[in-house]
Amino acid sequence: MRLKATNLSKSFGSQIVLQNINLDLDQVHTLALIGPSGGGKSTLLRIIAGLEIPDSGTLFLNDREIIYREKELMAHRRTVGTVFQAFNLFPHLTALQNITLPLEKVHQCSPVEAHQVAEAILERFGLSEHGHKPPAQLSGGQRQRVAIARAISIKPKLLLFDEPTSALDPEMTAEVLEVIEELRKEGRDLVLVTHQMGFAHRVADQIALLSGGQIVECGPPKQLLDDPRSEITRQFLAKILKY
Amino acid sequence: MRTPTLRSWFWISPDDRNKPIAWQLQLLNWILAFFLLALLCYFSFSQLRYNWNWDTVGGYRNFFWRGWLNTVKISVLALVLSTFIGLIAALARRSGFLVLRAVSRLYVELVRGTPLLVQITFAFYVIADAFHFQDRFTVGLLTLSMFSGAFISEIIRGGIESVGASQLDSARAIGLTRIQTYRYVIFPQAIRLILPALAGMFANLIKDSSLLSVISIEEFTWNAQQVSALTYSNFECYIPLAFGYLILTLPITLWTQWLEKRTRYET
Repeated sequence: MRLKATNLSKSFGSQIVLQNINLDLDQVHTLALIGPSGGGKSTLLRIIAGLEIPDSGTLFLNDREIIYREKELMAHRRTVGTVFQAFNLFPHLTALQNITLPLEKVHQCSPVEAHQVAEAILERFGLSEHGHKPPAQLSGGQRQRVAIARAISIKPKLLLFDEPTSALDPEMTAEVLEVIEELRKEGRDLVLVTHQMGFAHRVADQIALLSGGQIVECGPPKQLLDDPRSEITRQFLAKILKY
Repeated sequence: MRTPTLRSWFWISPDDRNKPIAWQLQLLNWILAFFLLALLCYFSFSQLRYNWNWDTVGGYRNFFWRGWLNTVKISVLALVLSTFIGLIAALARRSGFLVLRAVSRLYVELVRGTPLLVQITFAFYVIADAFHFQDRFTVGLLTLSMFSGAFISEIIRGGIESVGASQLDSARAIGLTRIQTYRYVIFPQAIRLILPALAGMFANLIKDSSLLSVISIEEFTWNAQQVSALTYSNFECYIPLAFGYLILTLPITLWTQWLEKRTRYET
């Protein structure tokens, strides 16, 4: 993917969340956004996802500008897959129906077609036997994998993960990260917000560290994690690697 | 095992509050409650110097029956209509068109804040009259539906608002339109939450329909009043009246409780 942000800014009320974000990445498959809480990484991800509208600035995805008007945004959101920290599955639908809903109602698949696509993806993620269950009967890891299945079922041009493992215990974290890594190996384009530095190191082509609403540093994992240039990065890494 | 004491038949110690209660105990205490009620009724009526006149009133059986059927008819029609009105008002409250919001708010607050009796009188003798509309049944039905609709709109609005922001996020993320979001995400979740309250509202609606007697709609209460006037009897008319409503409302109340229980288990 090619991602270019110019002077992106966003405030919620009097709180500035993003301040003049500039980013120009080409030939990147996986971008990891890291940094302290409240640093603006989730907001940046949500702006890329078309869920949040920046106050100013422009964003180009694969050389196409994202127009921040509801009509164009809806079209944009239909081409990307977003996975949330809290899974956000629809509790009144089964795992399978969670996947077929967007296929049928947004992407004009026939019910039979949608059903086939959903079953195939569930099978791939080892969830076949859970297709008929509502989210409440699934474990956290299973829920998140269903959410990922829902996101990729529409063949998105970009997958966005907003702290996909923050609500999971370590064992389930592993099963979700494995799925994400597998998607990465398929050559899909991903942007992910994460606190898992090891994982970011392994899958990301580029890592951007956001703090105080600004990109403090951006570079390949090896350089950014092993040999950080900025003092803020060094402090942040020292703090999280301490425990 | 403790030996059962007299006290243990009527009293659950704090330690046992979460345990299921034996059906024999339940039954015993229910019977006791009915006995107390019967005692009160017996005493009150025995103090009354009253010549019971069931036979005369009994002759009007069919008249009662017709009124009761009319009440059922009005209630069912008003239920459908008021749900529809409530839905429209709840959606209007969230509309982008600000006048609609204001109209909806005004409607809800006025209707909820004034007595139904006043509304019925006003609707029939002022508004309907101004339009030279004389059909009592229709005016009554509309007024009752508007009245219930105001409450239902607040129930629906509460249900819609209780669907979390994360669900709306998810709906937007997969690219649902606003209407699709309501249809596939908000309503199916809201309906489960509001069904008990809606069912309870229906029981109220049935009882409230009795006030339509003030504009002489021939429903259950009005018919009972007519018989009462014709036969110079009171209680022979009002006692069947009470039971007639109870037969309708009691199943709904029980259904409501069952629904509430079910919703509690689901979440």
